[in-house]
Amino acid sequence: MFAAAGDAMLSHGMKQTGNISIHHLQSVILAVLNPWVAVGILLLLAFFTTYMTALSWADLTYVLPATSLGYVLLAFVARFLLHEHVSPLRWLGIALITGGVGFIAGGPALTEHPRVECSGATSPSFDSAQDKLLAKTRRDGAASEVES
Amino acid sequence: MKGLYTWGGILAITFASVVGDVLLARAMKQVGDVGALWRKSGLIAVVRRTLGNPHFFFGVTAMAVAFFSLLFALSWGDVSLVGPAAASLTYIGNAVAAKIFLHERVDRRRWIAASLVAAGVALLAG
Repeated sequence: MFAAAGDAMLSHGMKQTGNISIHHLQSVILAVLNPWVAVGILLLLAFFTTYMTALSWADLTYVLPATSLGYVLLAFVARFLLHEHVSPLRWLGIALITGGVGFIAGGPALTEHPRVECSGATSPSFDSAQDKLLAKTRRDGAASEVES
Repeated sequence: MKGLYTWGGILAITFASVVGDVLLARAMKQVGDVGALWRKSGLIAVVRRTLGNPHFFFGVTAMAVAFFSLLFALSWGDVSLVGPAAASLTYIGNAVAAKIFLHERVDRRRWIAASLVAAGVALLAG
């Protein structure tokens, strides 16, 4: 919802700002002062926070397709609240997205990697140590397979 | 020439988005479950650990590049082309990048999901 609304506002704001020339890069900064662009950025920040939280406990290939439900919600808002016309092709798009999200929702959210258990929270340095251990485990596993 | 600029912008958005998504996903996996960490150590610890992660910093930088590429592309081309094309390509690109760089198990189910969503977004936003 946040992403779809934010994108719509950005698009509206940038059309008000007009074409940006590659020779006048400062106009990109000025575009941020447009109220539509500013609100769009705030909504995208709200999306970003919730997106990052989801990424902390689920795979990217699980979270990203799930966020596409925002497009479906926006189409329903456009049809039933704003009374816009939604073409059959767009209904097909809604069906495809819903089907795609249904596909991943039925599977596991997170790829289980063999990790060392630790009672404390992990830190980046500890995590890189885990990665080295994991790589060593994989090498050892591959070596034992070759031996057998 | 304008079409070339538009497609250049679309490719720039896609590339920067995929790089950003992979780096951010990597960062958040290193941070750990935000909900559990919040309950255990508080919100400040969550924020500190997230902002202090180098992958997070580079991921946000890549996302900023994607964002300004989007602004450029929107000023050159129609949103009905730039939006769906960049979004669709990002779903496919992310599936490939997540498999290679994050070692996620992208099985047939997830490939089909990414393809369906990419096609659906292209139809819906086009």
